[in-house]
Amino acid sequence: MEQIIEITYLIATALFILSLKWLSSPKTARRGVFAGELGMLLAIVGTLLHQGIVEYKWIFIALVLGTIIGVPLGEVAMTAVPQRTALSHAFGALCVTLVGTAEFYLRTPDVPRFMMGVLSLEVILGSLTFTGSLMAAGKLQELLPQRPITYKGQNFVNLGLLAVAIIVAGMLVVHPERTQLFPLIVGIPLLFGVMMIVPIGGADMPTVISLLNSYAGLSAAAMGFVLDSKLLIIAGALDGASGLILSVNMSKAMNRSFSNVLFGAFGQEQPAVAGRQEARPVRSATPEEAAAILAAANKVVIVPGYGMAVAQAQHKVRELYDALTKRGVDVKFGIHPVAGRMPGHMNVLLAEADIPYDKLLDMDEINGDFPQTDVALVIGANDVTNPAARTDPNSPIYGMPILDVDKARTVMVIKRSMGGRICGDRQPALLPREDAHALWRRKILRRLDRARTRRRQRIAWPRRESIKNSQDFRSAIRRVNHCVPASIRSATPRWDRRAWRGGLGRSRQAVPPREAQTEWPRKSADHVG
Amino acid sequence: MKMDLLTSLYVFMLAAFIGFEVIRRVSPLLHTPLMSLTNALDAIAVVGAILLAGERHAHGATLAKILGTIAIVAATSNIVGGFLITDRMLKMFKASGPKKS
Repeated sequence: MEQIIEITYLIATALFILSLKWLSSPKTARRGVFAGELGMLLAIVGTLLHQGIVEYKWIFIALVLGTIIGVPLGEVAMTAVPQRTALSHAFGALCVTLVGTAEFYLRTPDVPRFMMGVLSLEVILGSLTFTGSLMAAGKLQELLPQRPITYKGQNFVNLGLLAVAIIVAGMLVVHPERTQLFPLIVGIPLLFGVMMIVPIGGADMPTVISLLNSYAGLSAAAMGFVLDSKLLIIAGALDGASGLILSVNMSKAMNRSFSNVLFGAFGQEQPAVAGRQEARPVRSATPEEAAAILAAANKVVIVPGYGMAVAQAQHKVRELYDALTKRGVDVKFGIHPVAGRMPGHMNVLLAEADIPYDKLLDMDEINGDFPQTDVALVIGANDVTNPAARTDPNSPIYGMPILDVDKARTVMVIKRSMGGRICGDRQPALLPREDAHALWRRKILRRLDRARTRRRQRIAWPRRESIKNSQDFRSAIRRVNHCVPASIRSATPRWDRRAWRGGLGRSRQAVPPREAQTEWPRKSADHVG
Repeated sequence: MKMDLLTSLYVFMLAAFIGFEVIRRVSPLLHTPLMSLTNALDAIAVVGAILLAGERHAHGATLAKILGTIAIVAATSNIVGGFLITDRMLKMFKASGPKKS
């Protein structure tokens, strides 16, 4: 019997590895999920066959209860996936911590030293992941203030807490019979988990979630050592590796050193550089003009960002994508690793809006394309496209890898307002280029919406080459007035509301100042030709 | 015991290397499903929880039963929810169809 159980575990392990391997491509990914499910089923059935198990009642009650809780967690909206993921990290960590705690009290006082060390690691990682993930989920669900809360000596306090927990764990390793110390290595990390997330703002969530993922995996692996279960060690190591890779990716994408991430000190706010936002000439374009430029383009790259995710405008973006594709315009999406609220979140949101995945390109894949791109349309993604990251050492985002939209012939920016901070982070929102066109969300989309009703009017769209001077360009505008039948209008109120609720300190006008809307184009359309 | 421990460490090391190699190949496109899938796989900790809740213990049996049961609930909800949402997400990823004229 024992051998049969071991063999089911072996098969389950192989299936888990295959499952992750198949996930490498969208074509085979669903097979990967199936393999994972099968492996899980085998492992659970195998465990239930274990001869040591004498009572099944509570096990089955718990399995049913878990399923009842799990189903709604699997049915959440795609925008809520980050919260859900954080919550499930918390559940996973809870499971590991509880098992670790019970194991300690069952085995004490004769726990071998190494075992005690691993057990402490399991419990410490598990409990800090538990509260940390709950905090992260609360922040993502906006139950808690998203703005980072910092105070003097914060890092000192946090690292001190962790150090105390580790010292207590060390004492337990030496004297495993001192059971009164054990609650400390559960309680202190629980507190540490809260303190660790408090100073972290909304924009850092992708890194935090990946890091917590890694912690959850490592604690499960530690549990595998305690229970001497190879299956658990392997599953935990896979999860830990995945979380580690993702958090390294995320920290690279935000230009934070990895050690900075590992020690949880990534919430430090860079002081906002005062006086950086000197007035730059920004052209505001009307929707007609935007439509004209888009219709005249051969190649358009849309850069969606956190802003689009918050405004939930992905379906409207899909309409725009459809309209342009129908006209033979080559539309691609450039996606920064930290776009969205967890790694890869933006891809899921766009896939949900039925945008084919082969149009969704990673930052490294798309950056070479920008010099051949006619229009780069930036939707709520200012920080990840801000050339100050390349050129301005004073900028808080200096050194962060960005999408090179400024190399495109025309850059259009849809954003809520000029200046301002994003999601509680003090990052000056600079426009990518002096001739960037700021398209005010409300206006453009009202116009675009109206245009949809006239879609039937077929007009010969001028290609880029024909637009040589402003005279031509204006007549071109008149003709292609209505070519972009899409609207993000409905997204606007929610966007604004969120921004206010998100804890932005000072009031800001949601509607652009009138003087910003200078007439366009005054000069010839040189950046188009 | 010593030998077992060493074997476990070997297993951990090899699994970590496999994990790095396999997961590095996952395209950034699928990083969110990756995270929810590894989450579900990580809930294999349910195996430990089942043993804890079901086995006979000389002392501390009540504690083990209570903690084990809660742990099973937490892990099972991760398994069910994790696989469900991963599959839902992956269903949405479609390649571009035949080109529209």
